[in-house]
Amino acid sequence: MEAGADWSVESGGRPMPEGGLELYAWIFMRLSGVALLFLALGHMVLMHILNSVEVIDYDFVARRYASVLWRTYDFLMLFLAMLHGVNGARTILADVVTHPGRRFLFQSILFTVGAVFLVLGALVIFTFQPV
Amino acid sequence: MYRGGVGQFSYLLHRVTGVGILLFLLVHIADTALICLGPGYYNRIMALYAHPVFKLSEVALFAAVLFHALNGIRVFLVDFWERGTVYHKKLFYLEAIVFFVVMVPVAYKMVGSFVLGSLF
Repeated sequence: MEAGADWSVESGGRPMPEGGLELYAWIFMRLSGVALLFLALGHMVLMHILNSVEVIDYDFVARRYASVLWRTYDFLMLFLAMLHGVNGARTILADVVTHPGRRFLFQSILFTVGAVFLVLGALVIFTFQPV
Repeated sequence: MYRGGVGQFSYLLHRVTGVGILLFLLVHIADTALICLGPGYYNRIMALYAHPVFKLSEVALFAAVLFHALNGIRVFLVDFWERGTVYHKKLFYLEAIVFFVVMVPVAYKMVGSFVLGSLF
């Protein structure tokens, strides 16, 4: 964990980095967080409260994905959620794994898995055509 | 690493819920990808999600997302609002209240019928 991070860590946040890529990552986490507040919570309310897993089936998705708007919504949410999640996990690994070689290995696995699932998700969102 | 106190507690919960949501995101991408194999596969996996064990997990997922969202707002305020550091503990208590006020009806809507049905 970063030194001199007293007030920020005490209140539960991560101290603002001085500059460079870490600063951009820090800013990205806050901006994507605000966007996901609407995208992800909206998705949860729409799919899990107003609808439910009992009514969501192939035909439901086919009707929903007839609109390019929902595909755009889902892709934006997928993209931001994956980057937000992978970057969060990256900082956890940076804090927890102290051995540089092992940290590099775990972060490489994380980035690879994240990239593969992001591509898979994006392919489904943009190529799905109902039979 | 854990030194106690409201801030460290929220910090830990933020990380635990964050990792949980990321893992579910991977599962959710995989289950949605089944739709490309046709209605048979996709409808079978969706029917599996209607199982009580998964319905209870769904409540846990909603709780994780809600906590992460509310606590994220608090982190944002602490970072960008000049009085945020002064009120960060009060904000956490407010966050806890909002969390439970939202979670009770949400849990009732999601699993109320079969939980109450199995009790009475």
